[in-house]
Amino acid sequence: MKPRNGAQSDLRPALAFLAPNLLGFVLFTAAPVLISLYLCFNSWDVLRPPHWVGFGNFTRLLGFHFTPQGWRASDPDFWRYLWNTFFLLLALPLGIAGSLVMALILNQKLRFLNIYRLVFFLPSILYGVAIFYLWKYMFQPDYGLFNALLGKLGLKPLGWLDDPHLAKPSLILMMLWLTAGGAGMIVYLAALQTVPEELHEAARIDGANRWQQFWAVTWPALKPATFFNLTMGLIWGLQSSFDVAYIMTDGGPYGSTTTLGYYLYLKAFRFFEMGYASAIAWVIFFITLVLTLVEWRRSGGVQV
Amino acid sequence: MKFTARTLWHIPLVLLGLTMLMPLFLMFTTSLGTARMALDPGESLWHIFIPRMWRWHNYVDVLRGNVGLDPRHPAQVDFLRYYANSVVVAIGVTLGHVLTSACAAYAFARLRWPGRDRIFLAYLATMMVPVPVTLIPQFAIIKHIPEWLQVIIPWVNWTGLRYLGTSATAPLIGRLAGMDSFFSLIVPGMFSAYGTFLLRQFLLTIPRELDEAARIDGATHWQTFSRVILPLARPGLATLAIFTYMGAWSNLIWPLVVLNLESMYTLPLGMQEFQGQSGTQWHLMMGASLLVVLPVIVVFFIGQRSFIRGLTVGAVKG
Repeated sequence: MKPRNGAQSDLRPALAFLAPNLLGFVLFTAAPVLISLYLCFNSWDVLRPPHWVGFGNFTRLLGFHFTPQGWRASDPDFWRYLWNTFFLLLALPLGIAGSLVMALILNQKLRFLNIYRLVFFLPSILYGVAIFYLWKYMFQPDYGLFNALLGKLGLKPLGWLDDPHLAKPSLILMMLWLTAGGAGMIVYLAALQTVPEELHEAARIDGANRWQQFWAVTWPALKPATFFNLTMGLIWGLQSSFDVAYIMTDGGPYGSTTTLGYYLYLKAFRFFEMGYASAIAWVIFFITLVLTLVEWRRSGGVQV
Repeated sequence: MKFTARTLWHIPLVLLGLTMLMPLFLMFTTSLGTARMALDPGESLWHIFIPRMWRWHNYVDVLRGNVGLDPRHPAQVDFLRYYANSVVVAIGVTLGHVLTSACAAYAFARLRWPGRDRIFLAYLATMMVPVPVTLIPQFAIIKHIPEWLQVIIPWVNWTGLRYLGTSATAPLIGRLAGMDSFFSLIVPGMFSAYGTFLLRQFLLTIPRELDEAARIDGATHWQTFSRVILPLARPGLATLAIFTYMGAWSNLIWPLVVLNLESMYTLPLGMQEFQGQSGTQWHLMMGASLLVVLPVIVVFFIGQRSFIRGLTVGAVKG
């Protein structure tokens, strides 16, 4: 038995309780971060030991050089894939808007609400390879469900994932189905419970219609939830773009769905340019950080 | 039921619900048809919801991995093996993750020791680091682990391939550690700053008087932890367990990076094999997909409440 504020500390039991986790944490999280920092300044093909290239990877990745035709990017692929990454991130605000709409409808006093909520939520828990194959099947130009539906409406079939212009919007469509009814909707539903009814009452008495009530009362009250959804979605979206590209399109057609996450995989595990891939990883980290900070500033520094 | 303006809200709700369910119904109905039916949407769209035929035998083909048209070589996809691998990995990661996180959370939430808050801050800081950053170094570490173990424990052959058992079609060959091992599939997933953070927050809500009483009664730290804290923390443990299980079950990139041997494949990797040389066998692929998502649905229904609670941790105050 120990005195509550005695000088004695629980160092020994603490070490025992912490040891397994700390060991794993050091080996699989802390050390990898340091190794990655080291690797991004090196060239490494796995077989030979890494050798130092300084900022070489970054100048190759982000740099421009002058040619008779004008300025050219040293790695034009990177800029294309950066554009792809941002384009696909459109799924995030669209998904959040969808989550909000669904949460608002579900926030009323209706019958069967639990069943609706469950059905909306179902796709998001199934996120994974199995569902990607299902959507790949539905997107097939010759026999897929979407072209069958278009045919029934008397419209011309589309190329979906086979069309370089349509591949990204197709993937966004799938992400909307997967995520709109998911965590974002649940977070909004929980947040809506905390909006005081009196505020709506007061706004109503002041003559605000439903639309005005939403923008004056509900939307500001949902700010922390929106910030949370955006931040989580951003971090998750930049990391998870890999699975979709790998299963559904292999980054194609013509690289139109290769995201930075998939580019990293290709460089690291198909071309074994581990140093270069590490540089890409830190660029992804930097983008996540900047976007999160911008969103944090814009939302007035809400505490979450 | 009274008909009011409010009832009209059911129209968008039902339409949305159908949108969400339609792809899942298509998965189910396609899995019961023939290969040819899967390549032909059919005349009526009702067939999305009502199967044109009920070929339950397709599921036998999926489980046997019978994807080819050649009956002499029935099994090309060792689906059962991938399923077993996935179950072992998901359960291993879940148990390990919950246990190490709970122990660490106890050290952070209940014990007093110098440097505690600084180390906890280091944990929190790494939560910002995205997966791409750690992927390559983790791969490099896993690749080298057998060499390190060889130095520490020299009398075991760590690098050699070994026979781990048989399945319907092929023997299971793997390594003890490093690439192509259950070790590499399970152990790196057992530690996370997120899990420690989640359970620490949860332990802080358990009244201190309860475990202090146990300590005064002479219980050791381990007894206090296992008999008092863990039972009280059960909802938090359930939340973490469900998230971990679902993450491990659907993890694609890590097995892809550390596995070369087909017999070690987990489901996300193994499902690719249904895309045969003669085109994808969509009816079997959909059957396999259904079998893959089934345990996720079951786990979700069992732990629905814990799952929903976990989603809103840190999102909503009060």
